[in-house]
Amino acid sequence: MTDKAEGSLLYLDNVSVSFDGFRAINRLSLVLEPGEMRAIIGPNGAGKTTMMDIITGKTRPDAGDVLFDGSVDLTRLDEAAIANLGIGRKFQKPTVFESHSVEDNIALALKGRRGAFAALFHRRSAIEQDRIDALLATIRLSDKRDLLAARLSHGQKQWLEIGMLLAQEPRLLLIDEPAAGMTDAETAETASLLKEIAKTQSVVVVEHDMTFVRALGVKVTVLHEGSVLAEGSLDAVSANPKVIEVYLGR
Amino acid sequence: MSFTCPPTNSPFAASISLVDLVWGYCGILSLGHGAFFALGGYAMGMYLMRQIGTRGVYADPVLPDFMVFLNWKELPWFWQGFDMAWYAFLMVVLVPGVIAFLFGWLSFRSRVTGVYLSIITQALTYALLLAFFRNDMGFGGNNGLTDFKDILGFPIQAPGTRAVLFAASALMLALGFVVASAVVRSKLGKVLVAIRDAESRTGFIGYRVEHYKLFVWTLSAVMAGIAGALYVPQVGIINPSEFDPAASIEAVIWVAVGGRGTLIGPLIGAVAVNFGKTWFTGVLPEVWLYALGTLFVVVTLFLPRGIVGLWGRVVTRRAAPAKEVDGSGRQAGEAA
Repeated sequence: MTDKAEGSLLYLDNVSVSFDGFRAINRLSLVLEPGEMRAIIGPNGAGKTTMMDIITGKTRPDAGDVLFDGSVDLTRLDEAAIANLGIGRKFQKPTVFESHSVEDNIALALKGRRGAFAALFHRRSAIEQDRIDALLATIRLSDKRDLLAARLSHGQKQWLEIGMLLAQEPRLLLIDEPAAGMTDAETAETASLLKEIAKTQSVVVVEHDMTFVRALGVKVTVLHEGSVLAEGSLDAVSANPKVIEVYLGR
Repeated sequence: MSFTCPPTNSPFAASISLVDLVWGYCGILSLGHGAFFALGGYAMGMYLMRQIGTRGVYADPVLPDFMVFLNWKELPWFWQGFDMAWYAFLMVVLVPGVIAFLFGWLSFRSRVTGVYLSIITQALTYALLLAFFRNDMGFGGNNGLTDFKDILGFPIQAPGTRAVLFAASALMLALGFVVASAVVRSKLGKVLVAIRDAESRTGFIGYRVEHYKLFVWTLSAVMAGIAGALYVPQVGIINPSEFDPAASIEAVIWVAVGGRGTLIGPLIGAVAVNFGKTWFTGVLPEVWLYALGTLFVVVTLFLPRGIVGLWGRVVTRRAAPAKEVDGSGRQAGEAA
């Protein structure tokens, strides 16, 4: 079983989880190669968010293997430990620290020691400041650095959260509906930003917006009732009769 | 009255800044911080009891009066060592600290948050209240510890001693303020606010939320203990009523009225509410608790940032509107 996981970045095998008898995830298997970008689509309740919860340690699966880097068992670790392994997560609803400035949001997410005492005596170094400046430029919020995050527009908050993810320098990014609530122009920019990120890191994107998925141009996994329904290019899965049935109703 | 009021209030004021450190900055609403205040007070009270020696009513060189009265023959183990000042002062810090650490470790690790945690903190102080009321606990039952004679060899009632205690309280208040503002300004303080605003986001970034909560929780308990220890020699008594949940809740109301999430707010709130209390309990004593409750509701609904927030709004409104658009972000952030 673990042999198959070798060489993969993320390996889910036969994962199941139930909530009060409802099988949110049902024998789900998924393999992500290092450096790969994957789009995950599926109707509401297909288990997309639950899958992310399992990978990031928020939910423990009832059965199955979840391995990172071919060998690290994620089901035994908590959120903070998984984050420090190099898995970053962006929520569906933009979640930033509203009463901190944009710059402080990035500074808090910056890779570094996470202990309470390390934080108490922490002084920001010049290297860290350079990194913050570079990230602010990437997410196009340099001129808003002193603004409270609460004052950003919805799209800007999404970007700030992506910036915070990048600041963690994760090896794998899990991104839940990045284009939700964005204008067409913002959606297009977000797609190109993600493609840029995918050059150096592995990315899993959960998305409803088909034009956005098309713009990414990557392998697509279709989830339905907690398991994989189809996998392949967007055109291939769109032509799949099972997928059409699920999306258009029977 | 005129002399005892300010010194007895300043340790209180120090301890409520700490209620705000955990509530205003970290989002943990403790309705039981009075417990740590009282535990520190009891540790000091035990030291003062042992200093009485043969000057007690029963003139027992070792046993405090209440133990002689209960016909106890020897000092219980947990009273050992309290005749030494260094040991007693260490306990002032250790007892509230260790109890807070254990309580916090269990509840934060089990992810007890919000109103559930508030209720458990209240249960903690209420349980201690009931326990300390019992004579066989060995802390003087409902009479508590009193009749103190001297502290570090100085007569406790002497004006000079009182002045020094007053100065020590003021110093403690200033020190508490300095420590709290250093904590708030550090990166740790920013993580605390992050936890308050978006706890799960903070965890997914890689911060162990429970460790941060535990740190600030224990720190605030230790400082509340020190405040309690300074309070006891000045009022001359410590009894179980200090564990009364109502006292802890009142401290929370001071914070809410003054403005949570600021360090100066709790002090303003304490002065304002106590002023109201003095006036009200003189004119309409039976209405005071209702007025206090109403005040809490009104402040929560209409003044979420308390007096400090109200002041901030007045200042912003007076400033030129053009200035508000740019550059005010950082300032507003610090005030908020």
